[in-house]
Amino acid sequence: MPDSAPVQSFVEQFDALRGELPGAALPWLCDLRAAGIERFASLGLPAPGVEAWKYTRLRPLETTDFLPATAHTVNIDHLPTLLPQGGIDHRVIFVNGRLMQCLAMPGERPEGVELGGLADALRRDPEAVGEHLGRIGAPDGQALLALNTAMMRDGLMLRVKRGVSVALPIEVVYVGAAGPQPLAFHPRNLIVLEPGSRATVVEHHIGLGAGAYFANSGTEIRIGEGAELHHYKIQDEGAEAVHVATQHVHLEANALYDAFTLTTGARLSRHEVSVRLTGPGAECHLNGAYMVRGKQHCDTTTTIEHMAPRTSCREIFKGVIDEQARAVFQGRIVIHRGAQQSNGHQLSKALLLSNRAEIDTKPELEIYADDVKCSHGATVGDLDRDALFYLRARGIPEAAARAILIEAFLADTINEVAAEGLCPALMASIGHWVSSATRRAAS
Amino acid sequence: MGYMLEIKNLHASVDGKAILKGIDLTIGPGEVHAIMGPNGSGKSTLAYVLTGREGYEVTEGQVLYQGRDLLAMSPEERAGEGVFLAFQYPVEIPGVPNTTFLKEALNAQRKHRGETPLDAMEFIKLIRRTIKDLGISDELLKRPVNVGFSGGEKKRNEILQMAILKPTLAVLDETDSGLDIDALKTVADGVNALRTPERSILVITHYQRLLDYIVPDRVHVLAQGRIARSGGKELALELERTGYAAFADAAA
Repeated sequence: MPDSAPVQSFVEQFDALRGELPGAALPWLCDLRAAGIERFASLGLPAPGVEAWKYTRLRPLETTDFLPATAHTVNIDHLPTLLPQGGIDHRVIFVNGRLMQCLAMPGERPEGVELGGLADALRRDPEAVGEHLGRIGAPDGQALLALNTAMMRDGLMLRVKRGVSVALPIEVVYVGAAGPQPLAFHPRNLIVLEPGSRATVVEHHIGLGAGAYFANSGTEIRIGEGAELHHYKIQDEGAEAVHVATQHVHLEANALYDAFTLTTGARLSRHEVSVRLTGPGAECHLNGAYMVRGKQHCDTTTTIEHMAPRTSCREIFKGVIDEQARAVFQGRIVIHRGAQQSNGHQLSKALLLSNRAEIDTKPELEIYADDVKCSHGATVGDLDRDALFYLRARGIPEAAARAILIEAFLADTINEVAAEGLCPALMASIGHWVSSATRRAAS
Repeated sequence: MGYMLEIKNLHASVDGKAILKGIDLTIGPGEVHAIMGPNGSGKSTLAYVLTGREGYEVTEGQVLYQGRDLLAMSPEERAGEGVFLAFQYPVEIPGVPNTTFLKEALNAQRKHRGETPLDAMEFIKLIRRTIKDLGISDELLKRPVNVGFSGGEKKRNEILQMAILKPTLAVLDETDSGLDIDALKTVADGVNALRTPERSILVITHYQRLLDYIVPDRVHVLAQGRIARSGGKELALELERTGYAAFADAAA
């Protein structure tokens, strides 16, 4: 039995807040929230007894009382940007789960793009939101998504109309501003790309302040026929943060979902993505890199379901784990009956830099069609000693040689990122982590 | 004083097994020495001991490089001080472009010697000139270090590194193995271009062939972990006729 105290605490928070949550006057939304809290209360916090949570225990949630975050503002002039243009793109900023600013470039904003916060959208056009909210994916067993559904206040709302192409990337900054008390917030994002449309979304999660907070986001994405979403996420939350992101992606025929996630932050993180390729020719790239150390725990759990013929997926995750950190990679690819001539490729590679570092990796292929191409591989290793000696024998000091090899190990995941403008920032982020890691090792 | 390298009663073991059993060898500045010997005689072990590879344990003896204790230095210090090993099996490093590797190595060595690093332009000029002199295609520069290189390309790449790094003591570990005659000439030209009164070269080889192109001052036969015989360049020719059988027996 899961410990009921933290569950009870969240349920009480919901009861106290339910009247003031956005859309409280919308019966469908109240029903959705009520169903969410009920499901959360019956499932309880995920525990190791649940197969999907075998390797990740949410200890901070069991032992810490997280209070609901209230409205909070920060000075956004100093927020980092990942995009080379530096602030001339579309930029949406959330602080502790609430919209603080939405900057869209007036001249660049094409007709047919709705960009802003979910709470605003619920006020303006609740029917349009209700068409999709809570309807993408099948989140029955996901307790934290159920909690998010109950408690959600705000998040990214992006809707791109049929045939519209958003040329510039949309940068979405999620700031976790820690307070004197541990805080919880539950951002809910909705991205709808109508047929033939195209957009690039860059999520940047950062933490301010040293304290603990619980960022429990839910994201629903629908990509219509022939539409294309490039979705990049950089998770650099605060050192004591718990970051849980549950994401459902629904693709129709010939749609493309191209995703990359770079994880360096949070004390405990879980990036859980379910992709459903429902129409023929749909394609998904689900890639990522993670770098963790100290006592960080980083969980990547993905499910890709091929539900139609000629669908394809390519999934490459690489991680570097140092000190006593721990990583989990669970990658499941299901090729359903009838999804003939589909192909799937999955690769998980981890580099353990310390003998106390750990990875649990679980690739799963379930294939119910007979005419498919599917491959998967998982490797775990140390830095190549021969390569290390080769570099040192040419005069490169050991710390620098290690940094070169770690960066090279991760660099080819960056090459999978289609938005070339973002690559230098991602490489810089890797370089920064690696140089501080090797400095720590040397001291 | 005045020796480039003095190896005195060197004993070394790998995984607890004694491989080198008392090597004495002295190389002066400007000299080219060749070490020949049958497989398993300890030739590569000697190369790795001189460059400080992990797992090669010196159990007795001493190695002085320009009068200083070589064995006390880390591999990168040895390189910075001018010791270079052309590897018998050059290592593939995926994800690291060959040019980047060469620049990192050269600038690390320059830094070690208190010299300013070369900027990108200076480095490109140096490398363009060097590959032209060596007849190496610049396509090799763009590829990751040794990844997908043919055997000959890997060996040429070792010589390219040597030409860029300009070591004071170069050790060539079976650089001739598996090379066709053109590649062999490239390697020999690269080595001969380095021959100056200040530099010394130790050529480790199984066959006499390379020594037609890199003419040694001294030839040593390594057998059973010891120098079994030393002589002039004519010793290499003698070995070509008689083989190593006599030495294997003599040392046993």
